Amino acid sequence: MLIITCPWCGARDESEFICGGPEKPPRPENASDLSDGDWIDYLIVSPNPTGWLAEKWWHANGCGRWFTLERHTVTHEVRPFSGDDVSGEAVSGEGKHASHP
Amino acid sequence: MQRYSLFSLARNALTSHRNWQAAWRSPPLRDHYDVIIIGAGGHGLATAYYLAKNHGITNVAVLERGWLGGGNIARNTVTIRANYLRDESLPFFVKSVQLYEGLGRDLNYNIMFSQRSMIDVVQTYPKMRDLKRRMLAMDIYGSTYEPISVAELRRRIPSLTGGGPDSRLPIIGGMVHPNAGVARHDAIAWGLARGADDYGVEMHQNTPVEKLLRRSDGSIAGVATPRGDVFADRVAVVVSGHTTTLTETIGLRLPLRTYNLSAFVSEPVQPFIDVVVNCPDSGFYLSQSDKGELVIGGATDPQQSFRRGIKESVFEETVSGMLELFPSFKRLKLLRQWGGSLDFAHDASPIVSKCDVPGLYLSCGWWGGFKAVPAGGLTLAHLIATDQPHPLIESFSLDRFNRLDYVIESGLTSTR
Ligand SMILES: Cc1cc2nc3c(=O)[nH]c(=O)nc-3n(C[C@H](O)[C@H](O)[C@H](O)COP(=O)(O)OP(=O)(O)OC[C@H]3O[C@@H](n4cnc5c(N)ncnc54)[C@H](O)[C@@H]3O)c2cc1C
Ligand SMILES: [Zn+2]
Repeated sequence: MLIITCPWCGARDESEFICGGPEKPPRPENASDLSDGDWIDYLIVSPNPTGWLAEKWWHANGCGRWFTLERHTVTHEVRPFSGDDVSGEAVSGEGKHASHP
Repeated sequence: MQRYSLFSLARNALTSHRNWQAAWRSPPLRDHYDVIIIGAGGHGLATAYYLAKNHGITNVAVLERGWLGGGNIARNTVTIRANYLRDESLPFFVKSVQLYEGLGRDLNYNIMFSQRSMIDVVQTYPKMRDLKRRMLAMDIYGSTYEPISVAELRRRIPSLTGGGPDSRLPIIGGMVHPNAGVARHDAIAWGLARGADDYGVEMHQNTPVEKLLRRSDGSIAGVATPRGDVFADRVAVVVSGHTTTLTETIGLRLPLRTYNLSAFVSEPVQPFIDVVVNCPDSGFYLSQSDKGELVIGGATDPQQSFRRGIKESVFEETVSGMLELFPSFKRLKLLRQWGGSLDFAHDASPIVSKCDVPGLYLSCGWWGGFKAVPAGGLTLAHLIATDQPHPLIESFSLDRFNRLDYVIESGLTSTR
């Protein structure tokens, strides 16, 4: 179980949160000028590092705030987000992939 | 190749089993092959086997980071089934189950394929509608799915005593998929390796690929390993879960994310469940192994992960879902748990495809890919040999994403 620090509520149990997937670059302002390839890249390609990953989290069963943190995809250590704070907007709000033998 | 039979077993018993041939050779690593396959899991080995058998391409090296068959194929819960929905996926998975039916004989290897049926325990009406829809689609492609009553469900799975009318999610019916079954995971890897070796394919263990190498014209040149560079005009990345780690070394971006999927087993008990039981609304599935252990699986971790292990919260949810339907399992001791890294494509369907790098082939996005091993290998071998997609995988090409032409199975398989 991870301990996640919500910027509003402080350190709380992971079960109060929903992970919204990796932080993405800002939505291109000039979407209509982009090539199909660049637009599709923005839409569907996400970082998948074996290491630190900036990630969106939603304090769904708490204050409701979205924020970004960094989590290590191998050790699962969590630390504050070091980049620009772009919180406030949800990405996909995805859940897990349910059971499938 | 030394054939396995009752006779060879008896003959080797006379010499205390000291004279069995090694199942595959360990030749020295050369620096040039016609084809390099990265990853000696089920898909990599099946590809090597069918390249040799169907296309006569035998100057092939399979390079494996660890030991042969030590990746996800060793970690999976061995369910083989074809209850898919889409016209794009159904023929592929139906073919894969058919290939499993003949694989043991084909390989002269006991793969312990047991077509024991899978029974879905359905607890919600949306799930029931989804499965009935699959039943009709599967009928078109020659696979079988049949509804059964709650009484019949409880007759076939006597230990299913939960989910009664007063429970939170009462059982409303079941579906039987008689083509489904289980096979021995190690035997698939070892049998395919032995078969490929017999055609002259080389397997090199403890040979991690660190980088892909490109020529100045952009095409693939080979791979870099700690044992030296190895060159080939055609390279296939078949590394399940670690695809992006490799493709990033040449700047190729793919719509894949890696998740950990886990499983656990109970202590061995007397045989009492003779089908694969899948409980999609409660989020778990199980079968009983020949050793008597219950093999149990649930959902993936809720966030990306390369850590192979079990996440406490996922484990707790899986167990609590299971105990609601099988309260007597409270008395079972659990023996072992583990996880594996699987990559999911953006639409959660597999990718078997060429890409922008000439000579580089990809087989990835296999998050339920044990069932797909024979057809995955057959079709990837066809693609490598002819540079044209096999009809069964035309829809699984990478460029479907450029057309936003997704093959959406998972929205249906995985919504609880
Ligand atoms: C817990 C669990 C349960 C599952 N249950 C089922 C199920 O019931 N039914 C089903 O159909 N599927 C199931 N799966 C999925 C299935 O196991 C995988 O989809 C399938 O095994 C992937 O294909 P593979 O066998 O080729 O992968 P792997 O066996 O993982 O083969 C890939 C190989 O590539 C090697 N490799 C990685 N990086 C490198 C490198 N840089 N250089 C060289 N080699 C490298 C790895 O070491 C590995 O041996 C399950 C998976 C897990 C984890
Ligand atoms: Zn909060």
